[in-house]
Amino acid sequence: MSRIPVGAASRRTFLGLAGGLAALAAAPGPARAQTVQTKARIVILGAGAGGTAFANRLARRLDGATITIVDGRQEHWYQPGFTLIAAGLKPAAYSVTRTTDWLPQAVRLIPEHAAAIDPVAKSVTTTGGTRLEYDYLIVATGLALDWDAVEGFSTDMIGQNGIGAHYHSPQAAEATFRAMDAFVSRGGNALIGRPATEMKCAGAPLKLAFLLEDMATRKGNRANVSITYTAQNKTLFGVPIVSEKVRMLFGERGIATAYDHVLKSIDPARKVATYATPDGDRDLPWDFINVIPPQRAPQVVRESGLSWADKWVDQGWLEVDQKTLRHLRHPEVFAIGDVAGVPKGKTAASVKWHQPVVEDHLVAQIQGREGRETFNGYTSCPLITRVGRAMLIEFDYKDNLVPSFPGIIPPLEELWISWLMKEVALKATYNAMLRGDA
Amino acid sequence: MKDLTLTTLLAVFEEMFGRSLFWALVGLAALVTLLYLYVLVRDRAVSWRKFLLAQLAMPLGAIAAVWFVFAITRSGLTDIGGAIDLIVLLGIAAAGAVGAAILVYTVQSLLHRPGADRA
Repeated sequence: MSRIPVGAASRRTFLGLAGGLAALAAAPGPARAQTVQTKARIVILGAGAGGTAFANRLARRLDGATITIVDGRQEHWYQPGFTLIAAGLKPAAYSVTRTTDWLPQAVRLIPEHAAAIDPVAKSVTTTGGTRLEYDYLIVATGLALDWDAVEGFSTDMIGQNGIGAHYHSPQAAEATFRAMDAFVSRGGNALIGRPATEMKCAGAPLKLAFLLEDMATRKGNRANVSITYTAQNKTLFGVPIVSEKVRMLFGERGIATAYDHVLKSIDPARKVATYATPDGDRDLPWDFINVIPPQRAPQVVRESGLSWADKWVDQGWLEVDQKTLRHLRHPEVFAIGDVAGVPKGKTAASVKWHQPVVEDHLVAQIQGREGRETFNGYTSCPLITRVGRAMLIEFDYKDNLVPSFPGIIPPLEELWISWLMKEVALKATYNAMLRGDA
Repeated sequence: MKDLTLTTLLAVFEEMFGRSLFWALVGLAALVTLLYLYVLVRDRAVSWRKFLLAQLAMPLGAIAAVWFVFAITRSGLTDIGGAIDLIVLLGIAAAGAVGAAILVYTVQSLLHRPGADRA
């Protein structure tokens, strides 16, 4: 795993968590929950943030259980770092570790992807043909980026010809930075937008627009750069009060907006992007474009019969209870992370809040009692507005702001402390979560 | 942030620095503090001459602390955006000042036995 360099000292630590110290004084650590004896067979699909953290928690909490985690990807990606990589602040390696670095010994890793889920027979079959029977299934597969849905685009274009796509991978985020940097030197039109589907971290494209503007200003070429944010509907963010704040900031920073524009295709030769709008297709020229494709549950989930039948029908998110993340038709199945069919929360911060909820209900079910923990839709987005400042946006299902440090860190102010949290404290918190410690 | 407890904070700090470095830093801070208490108890008095030099080190400690934080993060004075930022910045400066004063006082006391002042 990567560490923050040795030069970091206790003052810096103090900064990132200063607000929390006050809360700490009033909140002594709870005793760790007692281990539970069980012979349950638990299968976790996905060793990303959600699956890995949950494997560590379960390995500690359960004694005698058979815990199997299924994931064919050898690399673990710290996805909240992709924005920093795309801004040229971190190298691609910042977000890359190995899946096996984080898993406890007591958990068996099957380094293959899941090929089929049979929730009636309670079994999972992997791409290598291994059949795993389970008593409990945790679906933490994350989501699939549907690159093919953007006509004319292919991932080998990323980083060339003014094309970025920082959601694709750490390497693509780095290539996106090179494309942004070259664009800022040249000048021209930039298009940054988001898909019409549910997406992970809806703040990420907004951050990229702010950062591109910041780069152009710092390079002294702002006058020759025009930036348009293409929104999929009539808002800039799902939480109205945040959307309004971003609208004001975009106005101050001279970032134009095109509402109701959903990217359909790009033509790299002509440098034109085509958007679906209520008035029909519209072509916009670009010198830099960042492509974020539609996002859906992975195919294996969509084909499992576990998806919602009447919601997000083109996306296939898991049909779970909003509060408990338990499947509504198969009570032994839970969702953690992006794949959960709930209206908010496709961020790593939400994954952190999913953990104790699913753990509580799973363990309660094993013990034959009712769980008590609930998930309120908590989603957090340190919305970077320039290098050195961010807004610490936190909200719930009801679009309420739920600041961690009320009265201390105002969520709708561009603050240095919020930037420090993103730059310094977040990855450490994430890593601690992966180990089941936070 | 959910369940922000001492355990969580320690886990985050360990991740930030690496477990061994974090506890080495904690140990170092504890050692300097203990040595400071030791010289106070040993000398049974505050040496105002040493304290004067320690005070002179305070502005340097404050500036060094602020400079250090800006140097290791991608930020600077122009990023201060609100009241909490200013409070944190002053807190860093204050911590640097106090740390420098304690360090300078302790080092002087360890180098010079009691009585040296009175000579």
